[in-house]
Amino acid sequence: MSGNTTIKTFVIDGNPVSATESETILDVARQNGVNIPTLCNMSGLTSTGQCRLCMVEIAGSNRLTPSCVTKPEEGMEVVTESPRLLKYRQMILELLFSERNHICAVCVTNGNCELQSMAQRLEVDHVRYEYLHPKFKVDGSHPKFEVDHNRCILCGRCVRVCDEIEGAHTRDLRNRGIQTLVITDFDGPWGESKSCTSCGKCVHVCPTGALAEKGKSVAEMAKRRQFLPYLVMRRKGASK
Amino acid sequence: MKKNKKLRLATIWLDGCSGCHMSFLDIDERLLLLAEKVDIVFSPLVDVKVFPEDVDITLVEGALGTEEDLHKLMKIRPRTKILVAFGDCAITANIPSMRNPFGVEDTLNYIYLEMGADRPQIPTQGVPPLLPRAQPLHNYVKVDVFIPGCPPSADTIFFALNELIEGRTPQLSQMTRFGA
Repeated sequence: MSGNTTIKTFVIDGNPVSATESETILDVARQNGVNIPTLCNMSGLTSTGQCRLCMVEIAGSNRLTPSCVTKPEEGMEVVTESPRLLKYRQMILELLFSERNHICAVCVTNGNCELQSMAQRLEVDHVRYEYLHPKFKVDGSHPKFEVDHNRCILCGRCVRVCDEIEGAHTRDLRNRGIQTLVITDFDGPWGESKSCTSCGKCVHVCPTGALAEKGKSVAEMAKRRQFLPYLVMRRKGASK
Repeated sequence: MKKNKKLRLATIWLDGCSGCHMSFLDIDERLLLLAEKVDIVFSPLVDVKVFPEDVDITLVEGALGTEEDLHKLMKIRPRTKILVAFGDCAITANIPSMRNPFGVEDTLNYIYLEMGADRPQIPTQGVPPLLPRAQPLHNYVKVDVFIPGCPPSADTIFFALNELIEGRTPQLSQMTRFGA
């Protein structure tokens, strides 16, 4: 940290807090024990504001603001929980459930899934939107891992970890809207990828059962993410 | 809710595996406590053939998979004060909905004709036609209480029933979830 860092003071849920120039509202909230719901965000990866769960209210603005990609301003008043925010967060989760085939009871990540636990936390006990039941494929061509697009919430964590941490950029997104697909290389079978290093980072940052190790049965796929803060720390150390 | 009078409880399973009912039985000796407060007036567990009038609470397990399921649900709703979507199939269509992306025809063809049965044929006698998609109860009727879980635990079921008997809306989010 340089010597002349500017510190901004602002308010989260009525409590005064302070932020350095590089920190987002979400960063500062977490430092102060305020647990804003997130799905696409992952500490150590670039924030993209894709899932919209981390939206907060800012006094003086009618618009909701994604806290993971917004830096606080001096004197800003942020509200992280309100009936309005809860309503939208529940809607987001319900739409995610309705867009693909998330059938928790037969999912490899049942009990270890961030979508499932977020629904429980935000008290989503049913989905008001009609389930689309789309027909998405499973790619099991890789010897160690598989991707089930039926359970993908398009958070983009796998794309970012492959690009930013592994440096391979094997993954990307194609199509738009609910037809968006996470693809391997130029949308080929994962097992035939020339760029994939088979490191498995994408599998372990995936919040749901969309990416999993092969051979795992229902509820057996717990994600191991200890590598990420370690690699991030090493990289920061190296750049000093 | 009526005081000093036993409530009338019904349970039914539609397109489900009966697992939620098994979990209901798993409340074990607490069934006796429950029996002091409710009469089970209709259930796969009791020998009543016609769904009665004036039911206080009905637990509906299972999705709507067939025209018969839908017919039963439409009968149950006006006869029930509190309709409970009991378990994930009733709430999300869960396992039965796994056929939905493929459609009825492809599903039946695959299961009955292509799986290598001895005399491959699609059953038509004595079975109700499948709905185009397995669906959650609340797509068709008002559901008053949702109890997620596959199946919901015995403790969850016992707690939820007691809350309903006492006239409260059970707060279940800390006890159960989809897939629990």
